Amino acid sequence: MVDLFHPIKAIFIGTSAGGVMALNTLFKMLPAHFKVPIIAVLHLGDNELIPTAFHSPVGVKVIEAEEKETIQSQHIYFAPAGYHLLVENDYSFSLSTEEKVQYARPSLDVSMESLAEVYGKSLLGIVLTGANEDGAFGLLAIKKAGGLTVAQSPDEAEYKTMPMSAIKKADPHHVLHLKEIGELIAKTEGMYE
Amino acid sequence: VDAAKWKAFIVGDEKSTIFEIEVKLFIEAVFMKYKYDFRQYSLASVKRRLSNALITHNVKTISALQERVLHEPEFFTLILQHMTISTTEMFRDPHYFKAFREKVVPYLKSYPSIKIWVAGCSSGEEAYSFAIIFKEEKLLDRVMIYATDINPIILEKAKAGIYRIEDMKKYTLNYQQSGGKASLSDYYDANYGSAAISPSLKSNIVFADHSLATDSVFSEMQFISCRNVLIYFDKKLQNRAINLFHDSLSMKGFLGIGSKESLKFSSMHTAFETWDGPERIYRKLK
Repeated sequence: MVDLFHPIKAIFIGTSAGGVMALNTLFKMLPAHFKVPIIAVLHLGDNELIPTAFHSPVGVKVIEAEEKETIQSQHIYFAPAGYHLLVENDYSFSLSTEEKVQYARPSLDVSMESLAEVYGKSLLGIVLTGANEDGAFGLLAIKKAGGLTVAQSPDEAEYKTMPMSAIKKADPHHVLHLKEIGELIAKTEGMYE
Repeated sequence: VDAAKWKAFIVGDEKSTIFEIEVKLFIEAVFMKYKYDFRQYSLASVKRRLSNALITHNVKTISALQERVLHEPEFFTLILQHMTISTTEMFRDPHYFKAFREKVVPYLKSYPSIKIWVAGCSSGEEAYSFAIIFKEEKLLDRVMIYATDINPIILEKAKAGIYRIEDMKKYTLNYQQSGGKASLSDYYDANYGSAAISPSLKSNIVFADHSLATDSVFSEMQFISCRNVLIYFDKKLQNRAINLFHDSLSMKGFLGIGSKESLKFSSMHTAFETWDGPERIYRKLK
């Protein structure tokens, strides 16, 4: 059983290879009208459109994050293909085309560092299946800022490199199976204002 | 994990507040000393780029960076390379160039002389891409392309028009997808591992220093392309830039912006009609 010490105001989920299936598993577990905003980064090809590939829970909008848009409850936001996704102090999104990080744009690390600065301890950061090391540094940044950190258990992850590197670099608070991650996410709603 | 252990780990809050104070002071100092105005840029991205600059130049704090930048102008030039984003490609987002060729060029043909402005041209790849389209549409001798940026080093690179040969593979694919009528290799000379843009494309391009934050209008442009520049501006500066574009366009002139940018934060958005929605090409109404 995983307990929460602080209210969680936003959830970050990052993944690469194997990510579409893993994310859909989590999204299907979300309660209807799930309130806590989720920001997701998934590595994809340059011109791919993301949100249409996903299960959208009742009362939750799955959309591509737009620049200057304010993060809202009952939304799942995806970083657009080809852009890094950052967050400003007023909880609005910024996009950037600066150089790739860990061979990726969008990069998990970039979004995670930015979210960690803005949300501090009110952020839940999750790294799932993937075949590269993006997200490890970001998970450490979230942990240092006081946020709650989770990696998918490598024995379950379709591609292990991403969660393994995150575990090695950040020593996250929890290493969990998708089912447990889904339960933890659902739990954050209880303390969400 | 127990709560105490978790709490001991929290170092973020205090540190990030100081960092932000330093970043804001740094931006102010840069403006006062060098007149480069980043005061209305999106802070998240500026913070990230300055963090990178600290690592690259082995400087501990932004305050220390500020001291060096104020006292060593040549060091500022190096830091400016971090503060501006230079990501670009020839025919980047090929469908944009296809839409330009098919939906804008036919209207430009009616003008005896055509002026276009590539704002935020970086190392020049987009400006040369437009020159290639005009050449293939047999309009190049009537066209003047003004390509501007705030970064003097990158403008020199743009003027030189010499690119990495490795990038040409991607550019060739982009060119083909954009509806190119010949072969991209017709427009550059490959030697010693680099690709030099043909002089015949250069004679109708003027590269110049211009800031959307502090400088004023160009006159009577038929087309302005400014892509992935507005995303770095706050709403107020976006509004300034779009006003500037509006005032710089001739009657019924065209404006193209980045695929994730919009005119919605501009007081001028009703002064344009959407010409190609997905490719973000707009036309000035009057």
